[in-house]
Amino acid sequence: MNAMDRQTHISIRNLSVAFDGLQILKDVNIDIPDRKITVIVGPSGCGKTTLLKSLNRLLDPLDGARISGEILVDGENIYGPGVEVTSIRKKMGLLSQRPQALPMSIYDNVAYGPRLHGRRNRKELDALVKHYLRVAGLWDEVKDRLGEPAARLSVGQQQRMCLARGLAVGPEIILGDEPTSALDPQSSQNVERRLIELKSDYTVVVVTHILRQAKRIADYIAFLYLGELVEHGPAAEIFANPRDPRTRAYLTGEIS
Amino acid sequence: MNHPADGDRMRRRRLEEGIFKVLMGLSVFAVIGGLLVIIGTIVWKGLPALNLAMITQTPKGGYYLGREGGILNAIAGSFYLASGATLLAVLFSLPVVLYINIYARKKSRLAPLTRFSFDVLWGIPSIVYGAFGFIIMMALGLRTSLLAGIITVALLEFPIMSRAADEVVRLVPRELIEASLSLGATRLETSLKVVIRQCLPGLLTAVLIAFGRGIGDAASVLFTAGFTDRLPTSLFQPAATLPLAIFFQLGTPYPEVQQRAYASAAVLTVLILLISLLARGLGKRYTRHVIK
Repeated sequence: MNAMDRQTHISIRNLSVAFDGLQILKDVNIDIPDRKITVIVGPSGCGKTTLLKSLNRLLDPLDGARISGEILVDGENIYGPGVEVTSIRKKMGLLSQRPQALPMSIYDNVAYGPRLHGRRNRKELDALVKHYLRVAGLWDEVKDRLGEPAARLSVGQQQRMCLARGLAVGPEIILGDEPTSALDPQSSQNVERRLIELKSDYTVVVVTHILRQAKRIADYIAFLYLGELVEHGPAAEIFANPRDPRTRAYLTGEIS
Repeated sequence: MNHPADGDRMRRRRLEEGIFKVLMGLSVFAVIGGLLVIIGTIVWKGLPALNLAMITQTPKGGYYLGREGGILNAIAGSFYLASGATLLAVLFSLPVVLYINIYARKKSRLAPLTRFSFDVLWGIPSIVYGAFGFIIMMALGLRTSLLAGIITVALLEFPIMSRAADEVVRLVPRELIEASLSLGATRLETSLKVVIRQCLPGLLTAVLIAFGRGIGDAASVLFTAGFTDRLPTSLFQPAATLPLAIFFQLGTPYPEVQQRAYASAAVLTVLILLISLLARGLGKRYTRHVIK
């Protein structure tokens, strides 16, 4: 792989998504850089979450979704024929708006993915669980109660556990769908810090409607408005000199 | 501002509130009172006839005329029959419920059609299941037997269990399913490892409701399970059941045998109670992880 290829991790080409004839995304084209934090911003209902979900093919179980175009991850079209959807999802860890703990212990939550993918050895799993809970910054808080139900953790802790759970599958990409929207300010800050740490090893794509958050964490910005990708580019550039009047209006708070 | 009409309205609303409280109280009283009266009647009428022999022996000669023996044949028969039928119903019910909730497309007409079918099946009287079971039994070349009874009672339990389970599985948040899918789980893995765990208390209730209905039903086993004074030792032999034992004993002209019918009813009630408690106890171990 040459240096140029390495810079783009996910390539979205002519992506359109419609639900029941209602166009949600219109001809989206963007190259998402490798090992950077790309933040998708835009007012609510603009298709941010749909774009994110199309990345790990969570749109296919939903009904009436019509998807056209290509999404290339490492050069492979994930909507191509014969692509195994579970292997696509294994490449990406998802943080949802509200952390979704699985109905099992903290340990089993983190070990869930590795177990699915064939890790059975208890020692190996113990090490994995410990490692990823550390990476997610949760280990010290839960090391003595790994067997407790995950639902007993605070929401902020649950979100970090979900991060550990996603990472334990060994993904290349972390997707965040407004991952701090259910969290208190301190937990949000904690999650943001983790994401910044993680970008040295992972490509991070985060959806948010909080502009300040985008400013804090983004290396690359994509502005989505009414299903259209209006503008995208390095964060510093977009925030300093938005080219499109709609981006400018959004950044100044005229549309929200 | 105190408008005179305000005072009137206030009084009227307070009166409404009072009337509804009384009505609700009465309804609750009717339910709990009804249960107590039924149990009280059974115990009061049955207790004199209830002894150890009744639950440890099979009927001896002349049992139905008031001689010694017990209803162990019916206790064992009912237990085998309802357990087998419930197991069989679970085997059919769970896949259907998972299919219409996790697998079927959201807009598929299959799911509402399935639910509608269950609602209709639920309403069919059990004697019809009995007659239908009888036809199946003949078609399969079976005689009245434990197996024929199990199949018939499973048919009776199937819609009840499925509909109750369906109502629980429907409530599983989409996001929880997506969380599992996004970790690379298949839908089957998600169903078995996440959905079932999450729904376990509700599924247990569904199974218990069906079991209770199955063990208590007389009409569906009347033509299919037969009746015998012996303990069932094979699926292909007839088996006695408690509801039929109660029916036959109540039908005799001898008061002491009629008393035994009430004692049998008490045994049936206690059996259901024990199994419910046992299942709840076992289920508790697994429900502590449920996400609220």
